[in-house]
Amino acid sequence: MILSTIIFGLVLGGIYALIAIGLTIQYGVARIMNLAYGELVILGSFATFLVVTKTGLNPFLALLIVAPIGFVFSYALYSIIMEPLEKRSKNRGQLEVDSILVTFGLLFFIEGSLALVFGGGFTGYTWLEKVVDIFGAKIELSRVIGAVFALVIGATLYILMKKTHWGMAMRAIATRPQNAIFVGIDQSKYARFAFALGGALATVGGVVLSMYQPFTPTLGVFFTMKALIIIIMGGVGNLAGTIVAALILGLVETFVSAAVDPGLTLAATYAIFLSVLIWRPQGLFSRA
Amino acid sequence: MGPYRGCETISICYINFCKYNLGRFAMISINRRTALKAAGITAASVTTGLSSFAQTVAPIKMGYIISKTGVNAPGAGTTTIPNYELWADDVNKAGGLMMPDGKRRPLEMITYDDRSLTEEVVRGVERLVQQDKVDFILPPWGTGFNLAVAPLLDRFGYPHLVASSLLPTRLDPIQKWKNSFWFLGASEEYAASLAKAISNVGTTTNKQVALLSVADGFGIALAAEMVKALEAAGIKIVLNKSYPIGTQSFATLLSEAAASGADTFVACSYPPDTFALTKQARLSAYNPKIFFTGVGTGFPIYPQINEGKVEGVMSLGGIDASRPTMKAYIERHKAVTTKTPDYWGSPMVYTSLQMLEQAIARKGLDKAAVSNEIRTGTFDTIVGKVKLVGNRTPDNWLLGQWQNGVFVGVEPSNLEGAGKAVIPKPAWGG
Repeated sequence: MILSTIIFGLVLGGIYALIAIGLTIQYGVARIMNLAYGELVILGSFATFLVVTKTGLNPFLALLIVAPIGFVFSYALYSIIMEPLEKRSKNRGQLEVDSILVTFGLLFFIEGSLALVFGGGFTGYTWLEKVVDIFGAKIELSRVIGAVFALVIGATLYILMKKTHWGMAMRAIATRPQNAIFVGIDQSKYARFAFALGGALATVGGVVLSMYQPFTPTLGVFFTMKALIIIIMGGVGNLAGTIVAALILGLVETFVSAAVDPGLTLAATYAIFLSVLIWRPQGLFSRA
Repeated sequence: MGPYRGCETISICYINFCKYNLGRFAMISINRRTALKAAGITAASVTTGLSSFAQTVAPIKMGYIISKTGVNAPGAGTTTIPNYELWADDVNKAGGLMMPDGKRRPLEMITYDDRSLTEEVVRGVERLVQQDKVDFILPPWGTGFNLAVAPLLDRFGYPHLVASSLLPTRLDPIQKWKNSFWFLGASEEYAASLAKAISNVGTTTNKQVALLSVADGFGIALAAEMVKALEAAGIKIVLNKSYPIGTQSFATLLSEAAASGADTFVACSYPPDTFALTKQARLSAYNPKIFFTGVGTGFPIYPQINEGKVEGVMSLGGIDASRPTMKAYIERHKAVTTKTPDYWGSPMVYTSLQMLEQAIARKGLDKAAVSNEIRTGTFDTIVGKVKLVGNRTPDNWLLGQWQNGVFVGVEPSNLEGAGKAVIPKPAWGG
C-alpha cells in the first residue's frame, strides 16, 4: 500500500513538474510572470486534439507539430507584446507588474478564442488505453509517460544549463540580470528564446494532458496556479528545485489523500506552500 | 444538475476574484459598448433573417444570461445553451411563436455571458428586465445560479423554469417562489431510487457501498441523502470520503474503494472527476457490481472517451429512447447544434421550453397567466404528456444505466419506457 502510494504520488508529481518547468524558465529567465501559461497548456491540448482527429497521427507525432507551434507562438508573443514592456520598464518590479496585467488579459483572450472555436464543453479523444503495473500500483500508461517526459526534459535542460555556454548565459540572466549585460550577454535575445522555450514546454504539457483526460477552455487557470506554487516553492528559475517541489507536492497530495483524508489535500498543499514562504522565501533550493 | 462551479482551488477563487475586480475597471467603459454592439448584432441578425416579419409583426423578446465562459461553461455548454439555440431555431423555422389569436410572431433572443460569476447573473437579469424589457427570461445554468436569480425573477413576476438544478432539499417551491418550476426532482429522490435498485436485487450484491463525493454543493447534498437513503434500506456504507474539486488523481481513492470490500461503488462527482474515476476504474479493471458516478455520466462525451466501454454504468437521469419524439429530438439536436444532448438535463431543458411555448400559445404574453398555465395545464412534450404537481415534474428519471450505447432510465421502474436495471454490471471491455 505504501509503495503504491509512493508510485501514485511520484507520477502525479511528475505531471505537475512537466507543467511547471516551462513557467519557471519563462519567469526565471525572461522575467515574465505569465498568467496565461495554463491557457497555453490547454492550447496545446486542443492543438493535439485537432492534429489527432484530423490527421489520424498519434499524439506522440502530434507533439512534433504542436511543440514547435507553441515555440513560434510564444516567440511572436514575446517579440510583439512583451519586448516593448521589457524595454519600457525601469526595474524588475515594474516588468513583473506589467507582465502580470498583460498576460492576465491574454488569459481571457486565449480562453475566449478557444471557447469560440471549440465551444465551452469537454473535448477529448481516446488513445493508449493501457494500465501499467508498477510494484502493484496500477496506473494509466499515459500518465506514466507524462511523468517520464518531465524527468527527461528536466534532466536534459539541467545538463544544458550546467554544461553549455548557452546555459551559463541563461543562468546568469536568471540569477544576476543586472550584471549579465557586463559580460556581453544579449539579454533580450536570451529572454525571447527562454519565453519561447517555456511556451513550447507548456504545449508539451498540454499534449500529455490530452492523452489521459478530457479538457475545456477554462481549465487553464488550474494549471497556472499549480505551476505557480511549484516554481515558488522550488525557487524561481531553479530547474532541479522545480522538479523536486513538484514531486513533493504530488507525494504529499497522495499521502494525505490515502492516510488522512482526501478533503485535506488542498489544505496540505497550502500548508507546505506557506511554510516554504515563511522559512525559505527564496525557494527550497535557491541560495538567498 | 450540480453547480459544477466555484473554486477549483482556493487559488482559482483568487483568480476569479481578480477577474471580477479587474473586469470591473474594463466593464465601465467596455461592457456597455460591447453589450450594445452585441444587442445590435442580435437585433440585426433577427431582422435580416425575418425581414418580412419584422416589418409587420413586432418580435417577442426573450433573453438569457448564462455561463458562456468560466468554470461553469462546460456544463452550460453541454446541457443548456444548445437547447436554447435549438428551440429558438425550431420556433423561427415554424414561423415564430404561436399566439392565442392563431398568428405567429418571430422570436428575438438577447443573450449575455455571466462569466460564471453570480453577481453578473443577477445584474444581467436586472438588465434583461429593465433595459431590454424582455417578455420572458430563460434561466441560467446550475443550482447556485438558479437560486441566485430565483428571488429576482419572482419579484419581477417572470416564470422561472429550472431544468439544470436539483430542487434544494425540502424546499417547497410554491411557498418560496410561486412562479418557479422544477424539472429535475430533488436529491433525496435520486438517493432513494438507487437504494431501491440495490434492494430489488436482494443478495446479488453484498449490500456494502463505497461512497465518494466531491466537496461542493451538489456532492455534499447528494452524498448526505445517499447515506440516509442507503442506511434506511439496510445497506452499509463501508467507505465514505469526500475529495476537493479539481482533484487530479483518483488512483489512491479507487484502490481504497476496491480494498473496502464493498461491491457497490457510488461517486457523487462532477464531470472531470466522473471521467477520471471511470477511466481509472476501467483501466485498472476495478469492476464492482454497481458502478455509479455523478454529473457527466450522461454527457455524450462520456462513452466517447471510454471507447464506448461503459455498459452498465449507472448515474442520475436517463431517457426513454424508444419514444419517437425523443428520437426525433436527439436527431434535431445533433443536426442543429452539431452536438449530442446529454441524457439527463438536456431533454428536460427542452421540455421546459416546449411548455413555455405552449403556455404562450394559450395565454399570450401575460406573464402571470402564462405562469398559471404552466402550473396547472397539461403539455405535449418530447418526454410525453406533462402536468406539473406542486410546481414540479412528477415523473423524473432518477436512475439511469448505460445499455447498448444509450443512457436508459431504469428507475422509477413503473415509468413508461423504463429499462430493466442490469445488476451486476458486465465487465468493462468489449
